[in-house]
Amino acid sequence: MRHSSVLDLIGDTPLVDVSPLSPNADVRILAKLEGQNPGGSAKDRIALAMVEAAEKDGTLRPGQTLIEPSSGNTGIGLAMVCRVKGYPIRIVMPENVSPERSQLLEIFGASIIYSPGAEGSNGAVRMAQRLADDDPSLAFLYQYANDANPRAHYEGTGPEIWRDCPEVTHFVAGLGTSGTLMGVGRYLKEQNPDVQVWAVEPPAGEMVDGLRNLDDGYIPPVFEKWHGPDLLDRKLIVRPRESITWVRRLVDEVGVFAGISSGAVMAGAAKAAERIDGAGVVVTVFPDGGWKYLSSGAWTDDLDQVEDRARRINYW
Amino acid sequence: MTVEVRIPTMMRPDAGGQATAQANGSTVAEVLEDLVLQFPRLQGKFTNEDGSLHKFVNVYVNDEDVRYLERLDTKVADGDEIAILPAVAGG
Repeated sequence: MRHSSVLDLIGDTPLVDVSPLSPNADVRILAKLEGQNPGGSAKDRIALAMVEAAEKDGTLRPGQTLIEPSSGNTGIGLAMVCRVKGYPIRIVMPENVSPERSQLLEIFGASIIYSPGAEGSNGAVRMAQRLADDDPSLAFLYQYANDANPRAHYEGTGPEIWRDCPEVTHFVAGLGTSGTLMGVGRYLKEQNPDVQVWAVEPPAGEMVDGLRNLDDGYIPPVFEKWHGPDLLDRKLIVRPRESITWVRRLVDEVGVFAGISSGAVMAGAAKAAERIDGAGVVVTVFPDGGWKYLSSGAWTDDLDQVEDRARRINYW
Repeated sequence: MTVEVRIPTMMRPDAGGQATAQANGSTVAEVLEDLVLQFPRLQGKFTNEDGSLHKFVNVYVNDEDVRYLERLDTKVADGDEIAILPAVAGG
């Protein structure tokens, strides 16, 4: 198939049956492989949507420099979109992300500003906010509050899932900005109010040691604006060891090479499947492929070592 | 019921520096009250004045967020694990 721009390759990702991993013979599990996007993650969708919305409403002018906090994937997606469209971009990223993320950002021409790793993404958000306030010439799309983020999933990811799997009973996805869960969750519940929406979080233990008091806590404005507490049916945390175990099982048993957060959502999908009484179909989103995590040793090293590394490095 | 509670880094200075503590109760609310009895400096750290859970505090029973269960009325059983974590972003 012939395309006029790499940006035309964003979205319409495949949904693949990973049911051999289902702990319940009556429940199928299907995963949407967002790693098939050209920039390698689900974030390509929101990067394009946010840039085009800002171009349309005039908040982004030709040649203007963007600034954005990201633990990696949104930064990479935005850097790719900005390269094609000719915008310089600065990404504020926690210093303890996997090295592949920095490498990819550099390859796409972004400049990187590191925020303290111990403050996690919360620290990157705060630093980007400060830098954007200090320099009004910067365009700040702010994925955590930008309506184009959940809308990209409401208009893209959600309808694609419904088209490919209208028999879905449960939707399970990772919670970061909440864009995927809010957009897809709302769309699916509008089609069938009985669809259950489950959120999976990483355990925010050692990675946020730098948060000194509760006022450093953060709830994405997108989550509140899209009525996250009403939309979600369940929310659970998945531990690093469990994520790595599932990421290995994905390769070993169904040949799917997925990123570490995909292992976490797969663990969540399996927990959902276990609790379903009768037949069910769980659809989940694998945010990216395994490529950016080769240095984590997730598939090759001793499990204890990988777990220890996963406590210190932000793979979400 | 006796359960193990994981205390987030930011609250450890108010909990004798401990990462975990044993507490008693049959609901999450009772467990948190027992924790405050043991460590009075934790008073007001989990809940608002009206008794609801603080916006930036997430409490998990066996890794499930109690906001989507029965909130502070969520039942706990012997041997359950309770984790208290600050609300954080990803992305």
